[in-house]
Amino acid sequence: MTMRKLFTLDEIKKSLLVALWFMVLTFPILAVRVNPIYKVVEWRWHNLLMVGIGAFLLSFPWRYFQGHGKPPEKSAAAENQALKNSKILLWRRHPWVRLCAVVLATGLVLSFPFLFSSYQVNIMTTALIYVVLGLGLNIVVGLAGLLDLGYVAFYAVGAYSYALLHLHFGLSFWLCLPIGAGLAALFGILLGFPVLRLRGDYLAIVTLGFGEIIRLVLENWNEFSQGPSGISNIPRPGLPGIEMSLNASSIFLYFLMIALTLFTILVVSRLRDSRIGRAWLALREDEIACQAMGIDKTRTKLTAFALGATWAGMGGVMFAAKTTFINPASFTFLESAIILSIVVLGGMGSMLGVILSAFILILVPEYLRAFSEYRMLIFGAVLVIMMVFRPQGLISNVRHRYRFEGLKTPPEELG
Amino acid sequence: MTALLSTTHLTMDFGGLRAVDEVNLEVRQQEIVALIGPNGAGKTTLFNCITGLYRPTSGDIFVQAPGAAPKRINGLKPNQVTALGLARTFQNIRLFPHMTVLENVMIGRHCRTTSNILGAVLKDRHTRREEQETVAFSYRLLEKVHLDRYVNELARNLPYGAQRRLEIARALATEPFLLLLDEPAAGMNPLETRELDDLITRIRNEMGIAILLIEHDMKLVMNISDRIFVMEYGKEIAVGTPLEIRSNPRVIEAYLGADSHA
Repeated sequence: MTMRKLFTLDEIKKSLLVALWFMVLTFPILAVRVNPIYKVVEWRWHNLLMVGIGAFLLSFPWRYFQGHGKPPEKSAAAENQALKNSKILLWRRHPWVRLCAVVLATGLVLSFPFLFSSYQVNIMTTALIYVVLGLGLNIVVGLAGLLDLGYVAFYAVGAYSYALLHLHFGLSFWLCLPIGAGLAALFGILLGFPVLRLRGDYLAIVTLGFGEIIRLVLENWNEFSQGPSGISNIPRPGLPGIEMSLNASSIFLYFLMIALTLFTILVVSRLRDSRIGRAWLALREDEIACQAMGIDKTRTKLTAFALGATWAGMGGVMFAAKTTFINPASFTFLESAIILSIVVLGGMGSMLGVILSAFILILVPEYLRAFSEYRMLIFGAVLVIMMVFRPQGLISNVRHRYRFEGLKTPPEELG
Repeated sequence: MTALLSTTHLTMDFGGLRAVDEVNLEVRQQEIVALIGPNGAGKTTLFNCITGLYRPTSGDIFVQAPGAAPKRINGLKPNQVTALGLARTFQNIRLFPHMTVLENVMIGRHCRTTSNILGAVLKDRHTRREEQETVAFSYRLLEKVHLDRYVNELARNLPYGAQRRLEIARALATEPFLLLLDEPAAGMNPLETRELDDLITRIRNEMGIAILLIEHDMKLVMNISDRIFVMEYGKEIAVGTPLEIRSNPRVIEAYLGADSHA
């Protein structure tokens, strides 16, 4: 659609219809107001007029970009050629660009806590926790294709294992980090067993239920988890023999989280490119063919659940250590939904996309506190707009494929 | 010659419907056996029973790998059957469409490789070497089925005939001693069918793999089979060499109808 074509009679007619439709839709909310004190109905026609004009004008760019957002189906050869020629990819492959990017990123990451206030550092730590959670869920949803709506349960398991083990046995953070991860993995397998035969919608419902079960148990089993009042005075992580101020310990936590994030990226990317990662992808593509090719479905699914849960467990321990207080209210379904949105917005299976969208979804609401009343509205609008214009997520089409480049030289991958 | 695969009184019921009725089938070493019959005769159901997708209602399936003791495989999971050395293709192609051609074949190597999670994370020497061997092995298979020029292409972008051959390559990657092909020539043009004919014979002759295939293309069947099994309404109605089957009155009746044997 070119600019000139945009303003034909036909297009204007379309926009008029859109405007009319929006006026009808918003009529009960924006135009009618019942005043219960004077018992009169106020008709606010000017509101309706504004909606009409706004919808009319906005529908032009909407259609314009929609027309551009959907390129014609490309053939494979053309797609490959485009991939090869794509400037971004060429840039990314250039060693100097890579080196500069790495140096710049390292510098930024290292100097961040010393340049910004501790408030900023705390937000960044939270965002990093969500990066880890997103990458973990990405294993289950993005790679293995198992829609998990109860991911927050494993996050809760991690957080509560640190809180309770410290409360009762005085175990330290460093001991609890692997224990929390292990317990979460165990719960991942526990959830995995009953849902092995389920797929898609059914799996989503069952995992949703599982997430709620964990939360409700934590909320109601007072003797075990202290119920809704939660557990407080959870110590921040420290180093033996070093006393840290509040500020120092939040900086320490930030670096810890950076380390955990890097560790996650390393492990998840290696898993993805391995024999196991390939099995996950195949499982997502076609379960029956996958089994017929000798892949153990049970084992592959359980591995995905367990490994996904492991990262949630570690994220949970970190979360408990950061906030020093946890209660079941932190582990509601909304949390699962946000983590899932991170994965979907980022582009299923794309690690860079997940990291990017975790930052967007966590940092943007923090910095837009002034508009906090509209947060959910904006969130919803962003999701709808994304699904219209980029249904494949922020970053797609760069799924790691094994690129074969001859038998003698070790094969290289295209990032 | 020993039988690699034999079924005795194999029966499969779906509710009140008997899809496979007391079938006794046998495939011997280095043999190409065709399974033919009208639509709905239970050929694919028989395949699904053998490869573990269905658990047969009664009867036995025995598999004897060359140089090993016979093993009853009823109720084994599909992946366990594949691990034993039986590999199959599907009537309606079931590739992994969004994975590359090479990756598809590499999936077939899964059950013959061993690297675990720890190895994948640490990328130790064993894992790296195994990964390289997987790539090399898969590539050589692609060369064998003449798909090496598509190596980095997504499977769904391949032409139809090439997809069929890729499925065969993927099955071969599991190093089977018996290959089960479900209508490999379906939807192929005459030239592609001739190439397939050649490929199947080569697989048997060069790799020593026995083949059991379901096929409707009679020219292909008569050309390459050593023996032919004919099924109708779940029952086995004839067994024999192509020559015998061609002149068998019951087979002619099944294919052409009862009135036309005049």
